[in-house]
Formats: sequence, structure tokens, C-alpha cells
Amino acid sequence: MPDGGIGAPTKRREDTRFLTGRGKYTDDFTPQNTSYCAFARSQVANGVIKSVDTSAAAEMPGVLATFTGEDFVEVGGNPAGWAIVSRDGEPMKEPKRPVLAHGKVRHVGDAYAAVVAETLEQALDAVEAIEADIDEQDAVTDMASAVAGAGSMVHDEIETNVCFDWGWIEDNRAATDEAIKNAPHVTTLELINNRLVPNALEPRASIGEYDPGTGDYKLTTTSQNPHLSRLLIAAFVLGIPENKLTVLAPDVGGGFGSKIYHYSEEALVLAAAKKLGRPVKWTATRTESFLADAHGRDHVTKIELACEKDGTFIAFRTETMANVGAYLSNFSTVTPTFLHGTLMAGNYTVPNVYVNVKAVFTNTAPVDAYRGAGRPEATYSLERVIDKCARELGIDPVEIRRKNFIKKDQYPYASAAGLEYDSGDYDTLMDGLEKVADFAGFEARRAESAKNGKLRGLGINAYVEACGIAPSNLVGILGARVGLYDAATVRVNPTGNISVMVGAHSHGQGHETAFPQIVADMLGVDPQSVDIVHGDTSKIPFGMGTYGSRSLAVCGSAVFRATEKIIFKATAIAAHMLEDKPENIEFNDGVFSIKGTNKNVGFGDVALKAYIPHDYPIEDLEPGLEETAFYDPANFTYPSGAYASEVEVDPETGKVTICSMVALDDFGVVVNPMIVTGQVEGGLAQGIGQALLENGVYDDTGQLLSGSLMDYAMPRADDLPNLVVDHSHATRCTHNPIGSKGCGEAGAIGSPPTIVNAVVDALSRGGHDVDHIDMPVSPSRVWAAMNK
Amino acid sequence: MKLTDQRQIAAERSAVWNAILNPEVLKACIPGCEELTGSPEDGFEAVVVQKVGPVKAKFKGEVTISDIVEGESLTLSGQGKGGPAGFASGSADVRLSDVDGGTLLEYDVDAKVGGKLAQLGSRIIDGFAKKLAGQFFERFQDGLEPETAGAAEDTKEQETKKGWIGRVFSS
Repeated sequence: MPDGGIGAPTKRREDTRFLTGRGKYTDDFTPQNTSYCAFARSQVANGVIKSVDTSAAAEMPGVLATFTGEDFVEVGGNPAGWAIVSRDGEPMKEPKRPVLAHGKVRHVGDAYAAVVAETLEQALDAVEAIEADIDEQDAVTDMASAVAGAGSMVHDEIETNVCFDWGWIEDNRAATDEAIKNAPHVTTLELINNRLVPNALEPRASIGEYDPGTGDYKLTTTSQNPHLSRLLIAAFVLGIPENKLTVLAPDVGGGFGSKIYHYSEEALVLAAAKKLGRPVKWTATRTESFLADAHGRDHVTKIELACEKDGTFIAFRTETMANVGAYLSNFSTVTPTFLHGTLMAGNYTVPNVYVNVKAVFTNTAPVDAYRGAGRPEATYSLERVIDKCARELGIDPVEIRRKNFIKKDQYPYASAAGLEYDSGDYDTLMDGLEKVADFAGFEARRAESAKNGKLRGLGINAYVEACGIAPSNLVGILGARVGLYDAATVRVNPTGNISVMVGAHSHGQGHETAFPQIVADMLGVDPQSVDIVHGDTSKIPFGMGTYGSRSLAVCGSAVFRATEKIIFKATAIAAHMLEDKPENIEFNDGVFSIKGTNKNVGFGDVALKAYIPHDYPIEDLEPGLEETAFYDPANFTYPSGAYASEVEVDPETGKVTICSMVALDDFGVVVNPMIVTGQVEGGLAQGIGQALLENGVYDDTGQLLSGSLMDYAMPRADDLPNLVVDHSHATRCTHNPIGSKGCGEAGAIGSPPTIVNAVVDALSRGGHDVDHIDMPVSPSRVWAAMNK
Repeated sequence: MKLTDQRQIAAERSAVWNAILNPEVLKACIPGCEELTGSPEDGFEAVVVQKVGPVKAKFKGEVTISDIVEGESLTLSGQGKGGPAGFASGSADVRLSDVDGGTLLEYDVDAKVGGKLAQLGSRIIDGFAKKLAGQFFERFQDGLEPETAGAAEDTKEQETKKGWIGRVFSS
């Protein structure tokens, strides 16, 4: 095997350009004759558009075109990608999401007009000259009020603010209710999963181009999935034929989910480019990112855990209100439902699970998948109520989890929430955690903290999540409007080096390093001779992109399958060259040889033969060495983990300091442990941000109070402890060829409950009667809980 | 944001009350006020120019006086639209009572902003609103109280011992 194959901690090759300022992001592209676009955005959360007068703006210097909602009445809306059916059998409510607001504005930041000008400054000046008469109406920002329908409707035409009222699994409802009614002990917890603003380092940006000579369109944009964006623009929004539209997602500076979706600005710059016959560029300001990117989380939940007096779980029942904001973003309906409800059995052999989710329209920015997407919400609810239950029953939090863990000999395990977990070993992870996090030494550390006047607590967490979205046949039954396979083309060039075109997009995940490791490992070639091509629909096969920790498990498996096909064909070519039958040829470390002999031919010679077929079995084989595979997974993958954190609380101020954060994860086969560690560390930082700092807050008029980096606290280096990451306790994924499960979101899923559990533990041990504090556990909230 | 403060003014309660209902006084006291027309009964139209952090804007809006309890309390409400800069609205509940040496003016202010202003962040906006309210009532107080002997150069005004509000009324 060559150096740098599967399992090698190779440094990320893409970092050479990222760390030396040579990355090329959307805003770095300025095609000749580029014009600039700026948007007029609503300052009120709910308002009737009486008129939008762009005549003065149109007369401003440099202005080339103005647009309002009127211009897009005839085109389609941006659709939801997943149809959810309510408990009563009714389909979800799907109000149209227009390119530009028409008739009403529905959240602060809702774009109702746009200007294209010669320069950005001219466009911005002209936006200020747009006269909009918008009659402000009462906004509804609070989900309980929105559901009650007491105030205004976000979408008058659907006559409700409830998008759907979903039950999972509805047939299990009666049994779960009955189990809870008869249970010896029931723990109830009400909690809020705080709204998060994604804040990728690179704001969204889009450049539309149109070639009048060919009729071809090109969109350069900040996307995690260029083919999906092209499909949405072509089939739903603008109706541009797919074959006439190229979507290019070059280097993208972080997505975290927020760049999965098709946004109106992309459609606008394409339409404007067509109208003007010139490139049109738009780059979001940070303020626009706050107001108009899809936010994350924002659940209000009541969870009940019923159990025996010895802590054996009997049932989990959850009622959740999930904020979807003012419009349905592409994955906003699946995130709080199938990506959340199906995980509500956690790592446990609990027999009864029932989840009710109401998705609620409010006059706030749309909410959609954000790193973890539904699974952080599930894990947080479960692991918080389990901790509370353990405290009520006087059982050690590790013990109560172990008592209910699915055991390693029980796989495949059909969970009560409808998933079949294929592999895992939660007890071994917990064994490892006890050692790595040194539970035995906690009391001594606590005594030391007490000497310094600090309250120390230990929080733990166990999680399982579902990655590798997803088996298309399963998600189709559940309402997905797309398939969720991925695709790869492996092209062996005549000189033997290799280009791999993949459907997944890399924007921090390290695909350019990790995917070649798979190919190199299988072909016995130098990983440096393998390059990844991604992000350009004119070059890559139709793949579904990067989200849900799916790239390696799904697209990596497509790479694996395509490489298998390469080996199959190359073996036939080698057999011809060696004058034997293919079944007598074996392939090891880049060399084809006749079994039991030293007659052999190298991979490079075979590649050359494929392209210079002078002496070639042309009647049996096509020339060339290029193969494509589409891979549709048989199941989700199920990464799991056990996390621990110790915190110190300053009783004078309520400030929480994280002393340690230990993450043990089972990701199955790890292709590049250095990249995986980096992924987990990034996820932990975001989870710590959610737990301690971040909060997207709207006031009752719908103004975003935490609408800038002045008020929205992002985690910084000094908020983080030394992170201990260990993924050595692995069980192989049983159904994909690599055996990998996915690691991108784990840190953000496992860490928030760990930290809140630790804070509550610290306060409880310190003699305070506190059983819950909502995130972010800010000093003021902790202090208030201690001094209530 | 909400803020509460009070000022002790060396003037008769009736003088304070009359001043607060006077458009000229309001115009002089509202920081950055360029125009103010109207009456306490019908409300006022105002144009105010302000710079908040990096955002400078001309706000056009209305000021109304409500909940009038003669000589004791009233509510001043205002809302202004600053075009692309956003909008601001606020109200001040004002209560007057007699104290030794004059009148105690207490106020509770509730201010809201939207649009670009709101995204400046509450550190800037809250501090700005507090400063603005402080300036308003400080000017108001200064206008009612007699100027100190050394501060005024005009001997005629020294004799009358009137603040500028007094001059507004006597003119």
C-alpha cells in the first residue's frame, strides 16, 4: 500500500492555498464588464407593500436596472424540498416564497426590490432612493402566540401560522401515552433550543452571467451543492433549461448548512444578467447575513421520560414547536421532523417513543438545517431529561445511561423511533470516556475548585445520530422530493494520474485530501497523483452535495464504487497485455499479475494502453479508463459518542468556565484522522458557542436584537478549553464499502447537553436547587438561577 | 430599551408644565431638531437629524402628547422614519411633583429602533438613546432655571434672572 492511503493523517493539501491567501471565493471573481447588485430590504417584520417606487432610483448615476416583486410575479417560488403530512392526514401548508417580496414583507431583511448599477456604491446609493410605502402590521415572533393565531398571520392565504402538526410515530402514540400514565416515575422538562445565526466566515455571494451568443447562463455562488441549486432554479424558480445553466461553487468559506439552500439573490442576479447582457454580482454584507441567511435550531420543547424506579426507561414523549420563520427554506420541513423525531430513542432500549412537532411560521428569518440539523435538538432534549431523571431518582448519570444502552450484541437494532441502527458499542465508548476524562479524579479537582471559591461540575452525554443521508427509497416514502444518492467519476488520464469528479462540495471538510486517499489506497498509487474536481456542474456528475455529514459515507462510497469499476476494466486490459484471462489476474499495490507467477504489468502501463489502443482488445473493450458510479446508501449511518465536560461556575458572577471537554466518537472507519479531529474540534467550538454564548433574539416587533457581531456572541479561542478528541473506539458501518459513518456534525451535537449538564451539576453540588437553565447559559442566567 | 431617570428643576411646577407643552421649547430641547410644527392637541410634525455610530439620517416623524393629567403627568411619544437608516420610536412618561426649591421631573423612556439602526447593536443604540434622553431633559432643565450670575454676559438678562425658556415665554 502506498503512503497516505486510508487511515493516514495526511495534512490537508487545500490548506496550502487557504493559508497563503490563494483561495478563490465567489467575490474574488469579477468577469469583464461586471455590474453590481444591491437589495432593498424590509425594516419591518410584517407589512403590507402599498407601493414600491423605483423611478428616482432608476435615474441615479450608473443605475442599469431596478427590480421589484412585480417583476417576478410570473416566475415560480423557491420550494420546500420535503413534503410533511400532518397527523390528520393534511399536507403541510406551503405558501409561495417569491424571488422578491410581493404584496407583503414578512421579516426584517425580506428583500422587496433590487438595483443593478455600474458600481457597488452606485447600487447602494440607488437603493436608498427607492420609495417604498410599507404599512407596518403587528408582527408575530413568539411561537406560542403564532400557534394560537391570536395576532396576525404570517401568510394570510393559509389562514394559520402552523405549517404542519406532525406525529412520529403516530401509531405509537396511544401506547406511549398509556405507558407514561402507568409509569412509576415520570420526569418532565421544558426547554428551549436557542436560535443560532450561522455566521460563516465568508458571507453569501452570487454572480449571474448570460451569454446572448449561446443562450447559456452561469451562476457562480456560495453553495454546498451546486447541482441541487441548479435543479431548483431550473425546475422551480426561473425555468432556465438545466442544460443551459452552469452553477459553479468555487472555494466556499464555511457553510454549516446555511449554504445548502437556494436563495432569492441567486435567481435575481441570473435574471438581471439576462436582462442586461452583463455579469451581475452581489455580495452580502454581514448585516444581510444576519437578516437573510437561514438560521438554525429555535425549538421550544416539552419532554417527558417515564421509567421504573430503578431507572429503566419506559417511554419518551416530546412536544416541540419548531420555528420555520417567515418562509419555508428548502430543508426546513425535514429538519425538525425526520432528522429530529427519528433520533428520539437515543442510544437506548426504550420501548415507547412518541414525538409531536408543530412547525410554526413567524415574522423572523427562515430557519433551516444548521450543523447537526435536528439531531442536536434531539440529543439535547434526551440527554437533559435523562440527567434530570437521574438526579430525581438518585442514580449516577453514567449508570442510568448504561442501564438503558443498546448492547453491542443487539445490532442491528430497531429503535422505537423507527430507525435500524447497524452498528455501535456505547458501553465501550463510556468505558473509554471514564478513563480519558478521569472521572475518578473529579472529586479532587472539585475540592481544588472549591478552595478557589468556584463550583465545579461534571456533565456527561451519550449521543447517536443519523448521517449519510440517505436511502432514496426510504426518504421518498417519507416525503423527500429528491433522491439522496451521490456520484463520482474517476478518470484515469493516459499518463496514469487521476482526476476524480465528485458530487459533494468541499468547503472545509478536506475532500481534496481525503477522497484521493481512498482512490490511492485502492489503486496502489501515490495520493498526490489523484486530484478532486468539485463544485462545477459542467464538470461533475449529478450529485446531491455536502450536508448531514454525508460526503464520505455517500459520495466517498461513490468514489469507491467508481474505482472498483476502474480496477475491473483495468484488470481486463492487463489480462490482454499479459495474455491470460481476467479471472487469473490479481491486483495488489498497483500491480496486475498472473496469480502464482511473477508475470505482471503496472497500473500506469495499463492506463497508457487504455488510451493508446494500438494493441488492444478493441472487440471486447472500449478504449479509455473512466468510470462513473452513483451510490445510493442502503441505510443511514449511525455515528455515536460519549462526551464529558467539567465546568467551573463563579458563584459571584454566574460566569461559566469550561475546564475540560472530552469527545469520544465512533465514526466507523476513519480515512484521515487529522481531518476528523479538526472536524470534531470545529463542531465542539460551535456547540460550546450554542451552550454558552450564541442567541438569535427577536423583539416582539420582529427586530433582530442580536443582529450584529456586537450583540451576537461567537465563540473565541479563549472561550474554549483544550479539546480532547478520540475516535479510536470504532465500529464499522456495515453497509457502505468504506465502513465510515460521518463526523462533520458530531461535535455540535454532543457538546451542548454535556455543558448544560455540567453547569446544573455544579450548581446542584453547590447546594442550589436548579434543575435546568436554558442556553446560552450566560452569566446573568446562571446568576439568576442561583439567586432565584 | 427602557430607562428611568429624574431631574430636580429650580422652577415652579406650573412653569415646568407650560414649558413642556410649548412647541418652541420642544424644538429647542429635542437634540438635532430642525423643524417642529403643530400643537399639543393635534400633535407635532418634526424633522430631526441625528448621527448614530456610522449612520447619519434625517428622521421625519410625529410627536404626540397624550395621557395628560393637568399639571402632573403626560406621555410624550414620537416616531420617526429615517429612510434607509431605519426608524426609531419612543415614548417618555413624564411626572411632575413639588419638592423643596422647585419641581421634581421623573421620566420613564421606552425607545425602539428598526432597520439599519437596529443592527448597530444594543451597546451603541442603548447608549445613544440614554444620551439623547439625557440631553433633552438637560436642555429642558437648563432652559427653565435662572442662569447663574457669572455665566450670563448680558446684564439685562441677568436682571431678569430668566432661563431661555423664560425668555421664550416673555418674548
